[in-house]
Amino acid sequence: MRYSVWSLIRQGLVGNRGWPEAWRDAAPKDRYDVIVIGGGGHGLATAYYLAALHGITKVAVLEKGWIGGGNTGRNTTIVRSNYLLPGNEPFYEHSLRLWEGLSAELDFNVMFSQRGVLNLCHSDAQRDAFARRGNAMLMMGADAELLDREAVRAMVPGLDFANARFPITGGLLQRRAGTARHDAVVWGYARAASALGVDIVQNCEVTGMVRDGDRISAVETTRGTIRVDKVGLAVAGNSSRLAAMAGLRLPIESHVLQAFVSEGLKPWLDTVVTFGAGHFYVSQSDKGGLVFGGDIDGYNSYAQRGNLPTVEHVAAGAVALFPALGRVRILRSWGGLVDMTMDGSPIIDRLPLANLYLNGGWCYGGFKATPASGWCFAYTLARDEPHELNAAYRLDRFATGHLIDERGAGPQPGWH
Amino acid sequence: MRITCPHCGSRGLTEFSQQGDASPLRPDDGAGEAAWVDFVHFRDNPRGEHRELWQHVLGCRTWLVVTRDTATHAILRVEPAADVRGRPRGRT
Ligand SMILES: Cc1cc2nc3c(=O)[nH]c(=O)nc-3n(C[C@H](O)[C@H](O)[C@H](O)COP(=O)(O)OP(=O)(O)OC[C@H]3O[C@@H](n4cnc5c(N)ncnc54)[C@H](O)[C@@H]3O)c2cc1C
Ligand SMILES: [Zn+2]
Repeated sequence: MRYSVWSLIRQGLVGNRGWPEAWRDAAPKDRYDVIVIGGGGHGLATAYYLAALHGITKVAVLEKGWIGGGNTGRNTTIVRSNYLLPGNEPFYEHSLRLWEGLSAELDFNVMFSQRGVLNLCHSDAQRDAFARRGNAMLMMGADAELLDREAVRAMVPGLDFANARFPITGGLLQRRAGTARHDAVVWGYARAASALGVDIVQNCEVTGMVRDGDRISAVETTRGTIRVDKVGLAVAGNSSRLAAMAGLRLPIESHVLQAFVSEGLKPWLDTVVTFGAGHFYVSQSDKGGLVFGGDIDGYNSYAQRGNLPTVEHVAAGAVALFPALGRVRILRSWGGLVDMTMDGSPIIDRLPLANLYLNGGWCYGGFKATPASGWCFAYTLARDEPHELNAAYRLDRFATGHLIDERGAGPQPGWH
Repeated sequence: MRITCPHCGSRGLTEFSQQGDASPLRPDDGAGEAAWVDFVHFRDNPRGEHRELWQHVLGCRTWLVVTRDTATHAILRVEPAADVRGRPRGRT
């Protein structure tokens, strides 16, 4: 069924009893052309583009829990393309363009809201760096505006402009950036992929890989062994564990990133503000809650929960930036399992086996990448070569030295 | 998460800084490129027991080897890194 205002009215008249299921909860078959492991946004988008653009429909997405239960369902949903380096920016700008047409393409409202993302700067040096990044973005076809202090004040009057430690000197604004509804992205891709014949298999944990020479001939799961031609990993923080099943190691560490939501407030903030110097960023959801976060906790973790010092640090950043937030109560906090690479950039490439491919290393910022990641991973899986947009996201860059280190932090995953 | 420093006793997380897996050993000077790529970039990244380098930065500044469960955050063992040095180790 196509979703439209007419289907809404028709269903309203029959008490909403005629809606068909959005996607099929499939049982696994015994063989597929492509198995995508991980039913987050990236895995589902990959399956959708494999079917929609490459005509490969004997595809299964295997998810150990429920789809969207990983980072896709835990993130703070910021979508932007404000990178400096040529390996990154064209990819993220392609993603942003896919976001702009995504609700129409999937026939599912992903609630992409281009409310802008404003990065604050606090010194001349930081402003110079922002000017450079903004110029790089413009040269690579994205939008960027450098705001002075007064323009920032006009946009977000609640900021503390008298802060002595972090005086606000301006900001880098990307107006086309914003937020989207995480669950809708998962369901939209699942529905569109399922309609094209993709099997979405939940409660199906991959527990092993059957290796036949330099190939994976089958994957072992909690719902049986499934034979396969090509295997794509899209399991975020579990990438190393899946690679280990194939006898491989990766330049990845798993870390915990926490996020928070406050009690609901009246409309208060109509953009996304990031305070990199203080490790805090915030937006306001349509329900009124402030959705915010900071940096990763800073130690290896598979726990999907963090520790209290980070909560305190993020809260301190919040009140330093917006003193009015001092009396707002936090409703919930949670953690996700982020796949931090050694240079802070992702990997979309074939692993050193004939038919095993990796989509991973998204660190704390892969939600915005979801459409382009699925698009490029599908291309790479279908053609066995990268598209030019993901050509820089190769695994061998860690050996050749072609690292994509936006922060210049060096090979310490916790510092990106 | 609290870590019991052998010198300072039980201290909160904010006093410490983590530096990742303690298992990779710096290759010998003559080691080939592959050994260096592996040392600098590749990690086992296990779910479960993990030997890590931590420094008590806001205390005695000693480097520690902390054995910790990455799935539960339970601290299993804390040793000064200097005591571990020289003992046969590396990846298991
Ligand atoms: C708190 C937090 C805030 C974030 N904020 C932002 C943000 O504002 N903007 C942004 O762009 N990014 C953000 N990110 C990052 C972003 O959420 C992720 O990079 C992105 O969602 C990853 O999508 P994915 O599909 O690769 O992974 P996931 O959504 O994690 O999906 C992977 C799936 O694989 C499944 N899986 C794992 N192992 C197995 C197995 N053995 N067998 C079968 N299935 C398995 C998991 O259950 C999971 O559902 C944030 C992350 C966190 C944790
Ligand atoms: Zn100490």
